[in-house]
Amino acid sequence: MFTPEMILAILPEISLLVLVGVILVVDLSISKERKGILAWLTVGGLALTFVLTFLLSRPGDETELWGGMIRHDWLAYIFNLVFLFGAGITALFAIGWEQVGKRGEFYILLLTSTLGMSLMSAAGDLIMLFLAIETASIPLYVLAGFMTKDEKSPEAGFKYLLFGAMTTAVMLYGFTLLYGFSGGETNIYELAANIQAGELPVLVSLGTLLLVLVGFGFKVSMVPFHFWAPDVYEGAPTPVAGFLSTASKAAGFAVMIRFLLVIFPAANIPQWVIVIGVISVLSMALGNTLALAQKNIKRLLAYSSIAHAGYVLMGVAAAAHTSLGVTSVVYYLIVYLVTSLAAFGVVAIVWHTTGSDDVSAYDGLSRRSPMLAVAMLVAFLSLAGVPPFGGFIAKVLVIASAVDADLIWLAVLGVLNAIIGLYYYLIVLKHVYLFRSDEDETPIKVARPHAVALTICIISIIILGVVLAPWFEWTSFAADAIF
Amino acid sequence: MQDFPILTIIVLLPLLSGVVLFFLPGDRKQLIYRWALATGLIEFLLSIVVYIGYDIDGDRYQFIDKFDWLPDLGISYYVAVDGISAPLILLTGIVIFTGVIISQRIDDRPREFFAFLFILATGVFGVFASLDMFALFFFYEIAVFPMYLLISIWGWKETREYAAMKLTLYLFIGSVIALVGGLALYFEAGLGTFDMLQLESFKFSPEFQKLWFPFVFIGFAVLGGIWPFHNWSPDGHVAAPTAVSMFHAGVLMKLGAFAALRVGIMLLPEGAQFHLPWIILLTLVNVVYGAYIAMVQKDFKYVIGFSSVSHMGLVFMGFATLTEDGFIGAGVQMVSHGVMTALFFAVVGLIYDQAHTRQIDELGGMAKKMPFVAGAFIIGGLVSMGMPGFSGFIAEFPIFMGVWQSHPWIAIAAVISIVITAAYVIRIVGSVFFGEMPEKFEGHVHDISRSEKLALGVLCLVLVGIGIFPSVIVPMVESGVQHVMTLLGGV
Repeated sequence: MFTPEMILAILPEISLLVLVGVILVVDLSISKERKGILAWLTVGGLALTFVLTFLLSRPGDETELWGGMIRHDWLAYIFNLVFLFGAGITALFAIGWEQVGKRGEFYILLLTSTLGMSLMSAAGDLIMLFLAIETASIPLYVLAGFMTKDEKSPEAGFKYLLFGAMTTAVMLYGFTLLYGFSGGETNIYELAANIQAGELPVLVSLGTLLLVLVGFGFKVSMVPFHFWAPDVYEGAPTPVAGFLSTASKAAGFAVMIRFLLVIFPAANIPQWVIVIGVISVLSMALGNTLALAQKNIKRLLAYSSIAHAGYVLMGVAAAAHTSLGVTSVVYYLIVYLVTSLAAFGVVAIVWHTTGSDDVSAYDGLSRRSPMLAVAMLVAFLSLAGVPPFGGFIAKVLVIASAVDADLIWLAVLGVLNAIIGLYYYLIVLKHVYLFRSDEDETPIKVARPHAVALTICIISIIILGVVLAPWFEWTSFAADAIF
Repeated sequence: MQDFPILTIIVLLPLLSGVVLFFLPGDRKQLIYRWALATGLIEFLLSIVVYIGYDIDGDRYQFIDKFDWLPDLGISYYVAVDGISAPLILLTGIVIFTGVIISQRIDDRPREFFAFLFILATGVFGVFASLDMFALFFFYEIAVFPMYLLISIWGWKETREYAAMKLTLYLFIGSVIALVGGLALYFEAGLGTFDMLQLESFKFSPEFQKLWFPFVFIGFAVLGGIWPFHNWSPDGHVAAPTAVSMFHAGVLMKLGAFAALRVGIMLLPEGAQFHLPWIILLTLVNVVYGAYIAMVQKDFKYVIGFSSVSHMGLVFMGFATLTEDGFIGAGVQMVSHGVMTALFFAVVGLIYDQAHTRQIDELGGMAKKMPFVAGAFIIGGLVSMGMPGFSGFIAEFPIFMGVWQSHPWIAIAAVISIVITAAYVIRIVGSVFFGEMPEKFEGHVHDISRSEKLALGVLCLVLVGIGIFPSVIVPMVESGVQHVMTLLGGV
């Protein structure tokens, strides 16, 4: 039976699709000089979608819609907003980017990928889920290789594609096993009930879980599926790298927590908590230690992004035992989204003036542009987990959830890793504030749209770190919504 | 009176002022300095109001401000002062005010300098005033990170990068270890609140207390410079610019001691009783070894840096006695040492600014050119030696009484430090301020400005004032300590 709620549930998706159509038409019908308008159209459309989703699409009592294909719950709702926000900021940073921001395809691909992510977080069915993952991923492969005249970008795109195809295939194999074990069920929640009733041997379910985890692990760039991240981030256009490290990662985690908690509840298969815990420690340790040695800021952020996947996994492991786990994961991802977008934003802005992504290109930044330096300070300190920024609250929450779940070893290893993280973030800030360069006198120009995007991110970082109650309440709704 | 949120203003005003600074034009250095001075002065006056307004016979916690921050987890913004923290608020007010005056000559990006200094001040005030454990951690970390920038940008060129990073990493490791301990406390109690007054009344099991006390206590004590985790402190102090050394040795190290007391000893009293008897040995090393190392330094500023390690050891030793006298002494020592060491670093900074060297054997005869500075240093030196009539005596005498009651042998060993202290203070006074002045200083070493005299004067006044009228502080600290003693089982 058709109800208006069914439309409201997929309002963001509909709106994104319309937007894609509009951009496509406008792109064909305007002259080359006026392509700049496409960016503003995208940003405006995304902002409108964000507001509409925020106001109208709030989940009601009925969570299973469209024949079980779509879950219209708080988890999906919050992640939808997160993706829309991320796409909007990314589009703003892409404005003025010679080979990127003036081409309509860029925005179409970005929006399509966002559409896929929205569906990923809301998918309630294996088939839907797989289609959503592909819709989100394929445009990203193209986006990563978007600068065809560049040396590194096509390589990045191709590398990303190969890794992605490989891991997706393994994940799909896991899906088919689930389908078989559950007696031909595709709906995630019914499938879960069947599997639990079927009393599968632990090894078999754990094996299936690991297969599926390969696909998700690739999306969130956790060890040992992280190899693509540094190369792809380095080669991809910077706004795209920012999008990859935030929205795409968040989408992966959204799917992962729903999948793990629903299909493999820890009551049946407690082993995965250890598996995730170990992966978490490995991701943190490897990401942080390799980041120490990086000279290129995008590679540094890539390794730090691997480490952050590790912190989030801490919350995922804890989620098996405490609802604080999912809450902390969602909070962390929101904070990480705004923080990392700001960091990549600064990188993009500096690149426009200096043409370099080396850490040494940041020498004297505080003299060349004091405000940009402050923005960078805020973003990096938030990444390091320093108050009063969002990163601190996020880190405390994941550590708290680990302590709550009696995973003290994980919490201790987590905080020690945070120290290593602090070290290399401070090294970068040293370049910004301490070192001088020959070009101290030439200011760095910040274009208006970039300044706007950066300001939004910085304000969000501070708000997420200081005003806690409303966001925490929302994220805890998401935690309740999974079951 | 209670309706006026004076503590909240004290805590948040520096932060706001720091943010405003970022928007002032960077080249208007006079304007920036005046703005900073005004903020410092207001903080100083407000902290005096709190100190005087604190009623010793009144409630245990006064000037309470509280509102919910994250009710789902029982986190609230909850500030108040008791008899131990009220003097520390005053101390911070004094040091921020005098520190701004001493920083008048900062020429490289003063806007950023004062902004970071004020953000640091917010963290410090916040820790001293917080009654909510989460808020305490929040402010604690705010207080730590600006140090990195302050030292590495405006510090002494030779060692600043190394020292700043070392300091920051040490302190963060300490604080995150303590954080894990704090979270364990929160979940173990299961009260769903970070309110430390409620956590105090929860009886943690002895095993739990014994397990977690070292995490929390040592984690915080790193910032207090406890041996063997003191190593960051002399390097950090020496590399830091004058005002930051003052702030750091004067106030920040107290933060570590204070948080170790509030979260460690007060929430886990049985753990404290179990572990402190061996921790007192660490503090003994602090006291004696710190003083000894100070004696053999060639660099004036390193002498002061190591003397801080030695004196902070006395604070922890006072805690570790678990006696009322010991706690009172430690409470007074925090203030006395804070002011004294701020004075020392100010003196070192003023001399270095003009003489461009800190090597003790290169300096000499400074008293002729800077009589006021010499006088101030001698007062500080007498405090440092624990001479009666100065605040050091009021602080150290009870500590030694406490140690004598609980560990007589340690008291005997620790008293040696006073002799060593006297030796290095007299050595500095003799070779830096008196004797022949080398010719190379002729001409460019002048007396200090009037506002700098004012800063030194304020610091000296406090040291002498406490020494002559101990009743301005001791009863207040005593009122706070009484509660600690009840938690420890009314020894």
